[in-house]
Amino acid sequence: MTTVDLGMPAEGPIADAIARSLETQGAKQTQLKAKDLKTDQEVRWCPGCGDYVILNAVQSFLPSLGIAREDMVIVSGIGCSSRFPYYMNTYGMHSIHGRAPAIATGLAASRPDLSVWVVTGDGDALSIGGNHLIHTLRRNVNLTILLFNNRIYGLTKGQYSPTSEVGKVTKSTPMGSLDHPFNPVSLALGADATFVGRAMDSDRKGLTEVLRQAAEHQGTALVEIYQNCNIFNDGAFDLLKDSTTGVQWSIPLVHGQPLVFGPDGASCVVRDESGGLRIAETDQVDAGEIVVHDATRQDPSYAFALSRLSSQDLRYTPMGVFRSVRKPTYDRMMADQVEEARTSTPADLGALLAGGDTWTVDA
Amino acid sequence: MTTTDPSVAASTAGSSVPFVKSVVELDRVVIRLAGDSGDGMQLTGNRFTSETASFGNDLSTLPNFPAEIRAPTGTLPGVSSFQLHFADHDIMTPGDAPDVLVAMNPAALKANLSDLPGGGLLIVDSDEFTPRNLAKVGYASSPLEDHSLDGWQLVSVPLTSMTLDALADSGLGKKEAERSKNMFTLGLLSWMYHRPTEGTVRFLERQFRRKPEIAAANIAAFRAGYYYGETTEAFAVSYEIKPAPMAPGRYRNISGNQALALGVVAAGQRSGLPVFLGAYPITPASDILHELSRHKNFGVRTFQAEDEIAGIASAIGASFGGALGVTTTSGPGVSLKSEALGLAVMTELPLVVVDVQRGGPSTGLPTKTEQSDLLQAMFGRNGEAPVPVVAPRSPADCFDAALEAARIALTYRTPVMLLSDGYLANGAEPWQIPSIEELPDLRVEFASEPNSATPDGTPEFLPYLRDPETLARPWAIPGTSGMQHRIGGLEKADKTGNISYDPANHDLMTRLRQAKVDGIAATIPPTDVDDPDGDARVAVIGWGSTYGPIGAACRRIRRSGRSVAQIHLRHLNPFPADLGDVLRRYDRVICPEMNLGQLSMLLRAKYLVDVESHTQVRGLPFRSAELAAVVQDVIDSTSGAPLAADPTGGAE
Repeated sequence: MTTVDLGMPAEGPIADAIARSLETQGAKQTQLKAKDLKTDQEVRWCPGCGDYVILNAVQSFLPSLGIAREDMVIVSGIGCSSRFPYYMNTYGMHSIHGRAPAIATGLAASRPDLSVWVVTGDGDALSIGGNHLIHTLRRNVNLTILLFNNRIYGLTKGQYSPTSEVGKVTKSTPMGSLDHPFNPVSLALGADATFVGRAMDSDRKGLTEVLRQAAEHQGTALVEIYQNCNIFNDGAFDLLKDSTTGVQWSIPLVHGQPLVFGPDGASCVVRDESGGLRIAETDQVDAGEIVVHDATRQDPSYAFALSRLSSQDLRYTPMGVFRSVRKPTYDRMMADQVEEARTSTPADLGALLAGGDTWTVDA
Repeated sequence: MTTTDPSVAASTAGSSVPFVKSVVELDRVVIRLAGDSGDGMQLTGNRFTSETASFGNDLSTLPNFPAEIRAPTGTLPGVSSFQLHFADHDIMTPGDAPDVLVAMNPAALKANLSDLPGGGLLIVDSDEFTPRNLAKVGYASSPLEDHSLDGWQLVSVPLTSMTLDALADSGLGKKEAERSKNMFTLGLLSWMYHRPTEGTVRFLERQFRRKPEIAAANIAAFRAGYYYGETTEAFAVSYEIKPAPMAPGRYRNISGNQALALGVVAAGQRSGLPVFLGAYPITPASDILHELSRHKNFGVRTFQAEDEIAGIASAIGASFGGALGVTTTSGPGVSLKSEALGLAVMTELPLVVVDVQRGGPSTGLPTKTEQSDLLQAMFGRNGEAPVPVVAPRSPADCFDAALEAARIALTYRTPVMLLSDGYLANGAEPWQIPSIEELPDLRVEFASEPNSATPDGTPEFLPYLRDPETLARPWAIPGTSGMQHRIGGLEKADKTGNISYDPANHDLMTRLRQAKVDGIAATIPPTDVDDPDGDARVAVIGWGSTYGPIGAACRRIRRSGRSVAQIHLRHLNPFPADLGDVLRRYDRVICPEMNLGQLSMLLRAKYLVDVESHTQVRGLPFRSAELAAVVQDVIDSTSGAPLAADPTGGAE
């Protein structure tokens, strides 16, 4: 079992309140079961929605981190996926459209002792909240972002989203959408994200493995989760879910393993002439030419090249962890600066208010 | 009376070359320094202010500069000025018009001359009145020679060349040496007004400690200016303005933005909470971010966000975690933050939103002052989203106003809007440094145990179960065992905080949120009325930075034998509980504002009192003489027989 060490809470009234609660509630309960994370709120997603599967996977997986419920916070924006916090017996905030990464940044930066999660969707994170997402990623604040990508606006009843394929016919695009979609993994890597992964809602094992690595990562981890919207975009990921085509078109990413995929490992990934990556037939190349997956490369261009292998129709989609590198986290560096300032200059409010030049008027 | 600190006393003694010239005693002076944006007028003004503050005069300043960092040299748009009013008595404004204008180039002269009353002292840098510079601003002939300035006392001084002469041996190039002409000017003014000089020398040494040759050159220029004043025949008179009687205590000079930042630090210390500032740079609020970023040793975390929305959003996140969340901005930023402000209203989390108002709409006048965000602060959100509003009335008062905003935010778990403005932000005045013990106690206790029980007796925590007195909800922070709860922007069910679409619940919650804010009136002092004669039939009501100009206008009116009441509001939402009764006592109520009548609209709507609006949106504070004339007319038309005008001609 993995356990994540969250460190100590801030001092002062925050630490006092936590200490008081421990007196009445007993020691922190870190041996949780999935049911401990459920709330009394009725889950209100459409029957058959991929969100149910993800919720179950998360509730089953989180106890393995050894973190108490009260030390977890889930912040979401607006959209179907953003109802997530209501169903988790942790602290949570269902905020406003697109702003969850910014809210979570303020929380994580001031409370490094918490495990902070952001739940968002393709519209929330990539359209209205695109700015916050890229800046959160570049800062490397210690939080985990679960981006549920269903390639559609569900809550507003079916408009195309920033990840919808070109030509998507929806209520707002009766003649087909014109905009070129974002590839969320490419976008995150472009922002120099230190951890980027991708998983499928229905693949409990694969999803859990990516979540585990994301949770252990120090810094901002972005996990794109392909999620089926059975009402407005049903079957969007069937190509990758189908037992036959899924094997054909998914590229499983396993750190340290050659990138071989397809039926009987017939396909593989090799370097192309211009330094990028391309798909090849395994029996047409030397074994030595096949790229061995290394998620820890500092230079994000390899992971970026991986993310560009897939097309809009999802053929050649790498699944797993693209990139996982170590870099100082924003919250830690912020705490260090505060500590350094405290050590060098004691906090003397009287002296601060007086400032440099003063004069005295006698009675 | 007044004593100065030892360094100042020493410097006064140091300049003990006997004055052979005459010394005239004045009770007050208004000086305006004007030059190119690159001439260092703001720095010069600030130094002169510090010297004046440490000498013990009362003072008030008005920096006025363009939004462009460096407009083309020598042009009208590039003119930057700094006005300082100082006196041997208590004053309230930076002065309506300067007595002395220092113009560093033709553009500065042209832009400011119309404000200098006839007969006023005009000091110009004659070196800058070249044909090229004159042509840039459309002077056909040099005003220094064509007698167009005969109506003023013109003193034409080659400031640039004398600075270059003084620095001939400094080893600096011409361009670099020329930059010290502002210090030469400061030296000259310091002699003219008997200012202590040691503080400026110390400042220059400190400022340029890594460039000792620059420090030495500036000090040399400063001293040369001082000695020039002493020896030249161009200035036959120097002036003495005695220290002002002030309440005993320790003082410093402080600007509004500085005072506001220190108020935030103090609020953090007095509440015991870490301060988290989420902010995006914006004029004229950025200095608060700069100041707070220097006080990390007080546990202050400053986060320069990617945009205005992230500024407030991060502060909300920090407040959820138990910090005192603060975001600072100006009007355009408030517009962007509106939706998140509504989230803070719905989630009932403490938050201080500072709006340093500037001219609007849109980008408007970034460096100029205005009070036009009051209605935005009150109503600029979707839905019924009441937010308490607090406004400081002077630069130093920004300190107390920040503490008051924090008190309301923490006590009532609500976002609070703190409305400063550009004039307060950059203006400065002496501040009696408070003792820590007299600052309000802002300690809060986070919820740490269940506050209710389910029907079967199981203890539970209800995040929206309110304090019966304040209607505030409990503040339970992540990390606290057994208190896990979810909040958000969707309507909350009463007590449980669960999502609720129930019609009756929404009606109840909307009214509860309003009642909570209205209830703050119970903890704010009665309306502040200043009516020394006690028989005024006309009242002038204001809020924010108009306090000084209105106060000065009222003093003028009273000196003329008339009575007038000054009412000034710190709390704009809610108003003090007695405000309606107070207003109804007067025959006439006049409300001067730097907008088109926002407070008067609120007062008329709420109290059905016929408040008369008097407005101006020039990007500058009111002139007290003009205000006095307006109010005097109202008084005279109310009382019948007109009285004589103020016999002192405008003293404060």
